Amino acid sequence: MTVVERREVALVDLLDRLLAGGVVITGDITLRIADVDLVRIDLNALISSVNENVPSPWEDLS
Amino acid sequence: MTGLRYVYAVCRPLAAPLQAELTGVAGAPAKLLHHHGLIAVVSDVPERDFAEEPLRAHLEDIDWLAATARGHQQVIDALTAVTTPLPLRLATVFRDDSGVRVMIEEREEVFLRTLDRLQGRVEWGVKVYVEPTGQEGTAGPEAKPASGRDYLRQRRMKARAHEDTWQRAEQFAGRLHSLLSEHADAARLHAPQNSALSRASGQNVLNAAYLVPRAKSEEFVEMVDRTKGEEPGIRVELTGPWAAYSFVEPAASEGTEGTGDAGGAGNTGGTGEGDA
Repeated sequence: MTVVERREVALVDLLDRLLAGGVVITGDITLRIADVDLVRIDLNALISSVNENVPSPWEDLS
Repeated sequence: MTGLRYVYAVCRPLAAPLQAELTGVAGAPAKLLHHHGLIAVVSDVPERDFAEEPLRAHLEDIDWLAATARGHQQVIDALTAVTTPLPLRLATVFRDDSGVRVMIEEREEVFLRTLDRLQGRVEWGVKVYVEPTGQEGTAGPEAKPASGRDYLRQRRMKARAHEDTWQRAEQFAGRLHSLLSEHADAARLHAPQNSALSRASGQNVLNAAYLVPRAKSEEFVEMVDRTKGEEPGIRVELTGPWAAYSFVEPAASEGTEGTGDAGGAGNTGGTGEGDA
């Protein structure tokens, strides 16, 4: 059901931008997450995924 | 089931309609919310996933994070094809449309100024890697050390060769960065990527973003391409064009004065909102 043809962008490159870039707005919901925690959370997630030898998440995204 | 509003970007009204079936995070369709001469590009997302608690939990799930980042990017990519969007950070969520409207009103001036600054420009990512060793120090096929002393000597030579490559890579990266900066409206350095995370081979020594007018992008890309293979053992990678994620804040040099946004609208985030 993908409409747009996907150029497979590496997840790390994406996260460099989506988590460290972009306008930071304190939305109604994500006030604290958006600003600080997210970057740390994402790294934890990435690191644990690597450590556990989970298959690369950006290879099997459908 | 109640819905929340996920906001991808703010832009000026589009000249061409968005592609009809564009979907974003959670597979939800992207729609436009017009307000005050600006538009917010939003999706309705389920509260069970995007309210603060579930969101926080989801963000620790790499698959969810990846899928959501890709959904976000899909919308931003589509927007980049028809306009110059001002992309918001991942996971910016409001309770309803009126929350989004209030946000636009509060920040209208900054949005317009930033959109003007970015108008017609895209971001290119350039990374420089030191290739994994193997080529350098190959005076001959790797001889099996005959003795402990030989072994140490070999190790020393390898370490030295590696250091040389590093030094060359850093100088190369420095030269490349100044060259590209001269041909860009702005530049920003991201932290080098950890190779365990990126699964790219080699060590990342430069991870930079450049803001370049569309009209000059071809030239910019060619300039980067020409440096590929210039130095043995060093690899250059280009990504893009991206929406100007890395340039939504004015560069320190251009705006130190201007950013004294008196209203304290807090574009820089962070100030005193810690425990809302």
